[in-house]
Amino acid sequence: MLDFPRWKVAWIWGVLLLLSALGAVSLVPERYTAGWPVQPSRINLGLDLAGGSYLLLEADTDGLAAARLETMRDQVAAEMRRGTPRIGIGDISTRGGQLTFLLRDPSQVDAARERLLTVTGGGAGMSGQREWDITVVDTSRFVLKPTAAGLAQAVDTAMGDATEVVRRRIDALGTREPTIVRQGTNRIVVQVPGFQNPQALKDLLGKTARLEFKLVDETANPADLAQGRAPVGSQVLPYPGNPSGVPFIAVKRPVIISGDQLADARQGYEQQTNAPNVVINFNSAGGQRFARVTQANVNKPFAIIVDNSVISAPNINEPILGGSASINGGFTVEGANQLAIALRSGKLSIDLKVIEESTVGPDLGRDSINKGITASAVAVLLVVAFMFLTYGRFGAYANLAVVINVAVIVGVLAAMKGTLTLPGIAGFVLTIGTAVDANVLINERIREERRRGRSVVQAAELGYKEASRTIFEANVTHAISGLIMFVLGSGPVKGFAVVLLIGIATSVFTAVTFTRMLVAQWIRRTKPKTMNI
Amino acid sequence: MKLLKIVPDNTNIDFVRLRGWAFGLTLALSILAIGLVGLRGLNFGVDFVGGLMIEQRFATAPSQDRVRSVVDAQGAGEGQLQQFGDARTLTIRLPAQAGTDEGATNAVVRKVTGALSREFPGSTFSRYSTVTGKVSGELIRNGLIAVLLAVLGIGLFAIVRFEWQFGVSTVVAIVHDLIMTLGFFALTRFEVDLNIVAAFLTIIGYSINDKIVIDDRIRENMRRYRKMDMRELINLSVNETLPRTVMTSVTILLALLALLLLGGHVLRGFTAAMFLGIVVGTYSSIYVSSSLLITLGLRADPERERTVRLGKDGGAGEAERVAPRA
Repeated sequence: MLDFPRWKVAWIWGVLLLLSALGAVSLVPERYTAGWPVQPSRINLGLDLAGGSYLLLEADTDGLAAARLETMRDQVAAEMRRGTPRIGIGDISTRGGQLTFLLRDPSQVDAARERLLTVTGGGAGMSGQREWDITVVDTSRFVLKPTAAGLAQAVDTAMGDATEVVRRRIDALGTREPTIVRQGTNRIVVQVPGFQNPQALKDLLGKTARLEFKLVDETANPADLAQGRAPVGSQVLPYPGNPSGVPFIAVKRPVIISGDQLADARQGYEQQTNAPNVVINFNSAGGQRFARVTQANVNKPFAIIVDNSVISAPNINEPILGGSASINGGFTVEGANQLAIALRSGKLSIDLKVIEESTVGPDLGRDSINKGITASAVAVLLVVAFMFLTYGRFGAYANLAVVINVAVIVGVLAAMKGTLTLPGIAGFVLTIGTAVDANVLINERIREERRRGRSVVQAAELGYKEASRTIFEANVTHAISGLIMFVLGSGPVKGFAVVLLIGIATSVFTAVTFTRMLVAQWIRRTKPKTMNI
Repeated sequence: MKLLKIVPDNTNIDFVRLRGWAFGLTLALSILAIGLVGLRGLNFGVDFVGGLMIEQRFATAPSQDRVRSVVDAQGAGEGQLQQFGDARTLTIRLPAQAGTDEGATNAVVRKVTGALSREFPGSTFSRYSTVTGKVSGELIRNGLIAVLLAVLGIGLFAIVRFEWQFGVSTVVAIVHDLIMTLGFFALTRFEVDLNIVAAFLTIIGYSINDKIVIDDRIRENMRRYRKMDMRELINLSVNETLPRTVMTSVTILLALLALLLLGGHVLRGFTAAMFLGIVVGTYSSIYVSSSLLITLGLRADPERERTVRLGKDGGAGEAERVAPRA
């Protein structure tokens, strides 16, 4: 029990010093570590300490389902009209969450079904599951019902896009380290530290990205362009990805077609070369308009513009009549995918609503962290003094353990790149309190064994042995409540639980193993006949 | 150096004899607490009821009546004011705005903070939060599930590690602690928000910790003094662990006191709950859970009793040993 071989002593000190060093390094201010070859990992400050805004956005999935139905109606109507022979339909309706229409000529049922399958993606959509159930009632009425799997897939895609839009928009604000994560099926959590204008943030998130197609003005003089001047009837727009290297381009003002006429955009592959490209689909009106414009402008480039910034300017190689087009131009798969996402997100297909929000001003955050640190320091001082007065030498050992424990918790939290919140500071203080409980248990037990007349060595040994069992049980129960908080808790509760759980793990090590080593070394060194405890 | 001893050596307080009084007192306080919660209700924060909360910091201590009239003039419903921390900081609570239109809520926040900074030059908002009814419902549900799971999980642990009586008495004691803490919140009108759920769970964790230590000693003594009367044995165990119980509680209370006085107003409700919880938890460890073991009929392990009677147990000699203070 009190036997500590040299390797064990070295190991214990090694672990504790390493973790404490991590903790100490993580507290060095950034301006001093700028020149270091390796940046220490740091503890992030939660919004309540750093100041900033927290938004919980919820997507309107019902709205998405309705919009999906409308798009399908447009596509079906266009498809039936387009082919030869033309299939006449009427009494088209999207009531009750399903699309129904009547065939004018019941003998065309099979032909109509064939065309419907091309619109709905046949039996298998992206996920390999059917997205629409097609049934025929009364020989000539078609009913298209979205399947649950198809709808879930659509929500998932829309949420992925929406998260991307939100991220792009917040990045555009130039804020520091925003956190944007999806939560559950239809929510997005946005945390922007230090941002003091939540209104602007919300305005931005509420806005739908504007997608426009415009013809490129090739008559523009490059010298004028560099100065921001464009020919009459044209405008200069930023074009960050311009292959010519000039980050500007001149486009003609009239909008050929805008994002609300886009039905879909996905990454695909060019047929001949198998190079990644982006395939876009217009709705019927957009398709017709696009066909007209491209017919008149073959071999001229047009610009794809999102929020007044040109994403790409492909050439019109041939008239585009089918309502769909592909954008080719040396994409990687990722690049094409990104453009597809950008195009899709131009049409933010799902409405986002703020359902929870909190903003902490910078003064309150600074005030909280200062007070939290002061309170923690005073708590440590009070506990240390009290322990020393009560247990003397053994109290001092426990105190050393507590101080190292605080440094170790900081180290572990930094290594995990954890987030410290105000409740987390409370968790710290509480951990200081409970960490000494282990030493109280041990020391009281030693006192008790001494009263029963045991020798110093026996009392110390029994004290650690008997108390260890109790400490284990007590900490397991504590950990149970900590785990529950961690799993079920949100926001502040989680921050508290993280510190508490780390504290439970580290305090058992420092308060039991580490102090036992100190006591053992003291006994071996001085061979005491009595102990003042 | 003369060391400090809060609890003298070898105390011999007859806690078990006091339990009649203690149960009476506990029952009376519990009824009072439940009554308070029922009559006064709890002051739920926006986390749990939805609505919006604005904390405004003023240059000088404002007249609350004036602030109230400014807020009410914005037509967003009746504002509830609460002084928070020093006299210069006020929180204003407004009910959730009609409809789900987030624009309405935003407009209210802007209107109220705008009007306040006009009427009270130099005042700024420190923080605000808005929560819709949907989210608040989920937060309440998750909070309740967390507390219930904690009580159940820990009760089960106590049953597995000890006898069923320990599990039951522990759960009863915890429910008592929670009722008392709720009563405290009803009495003081401190705001019950998400942080308080964390405080509750910590109180549960601590309180159990405290009971496990005593239970563990009772179990140890049951093995050591097999023939001792259960009343005497529980008294002995509680007295033996009394120095530890008091020491630990005092240490944690010292740490919490620092947080309560210096930790800032945002955490005040949280720390206050914790402080009271520790006091109540310590009381219930000594008077409620241990004494309840007798009422529940805890007896020494029958299996062991038989082996002792048959004289086959090698440790029978130890069982004959007389307790030092018996």
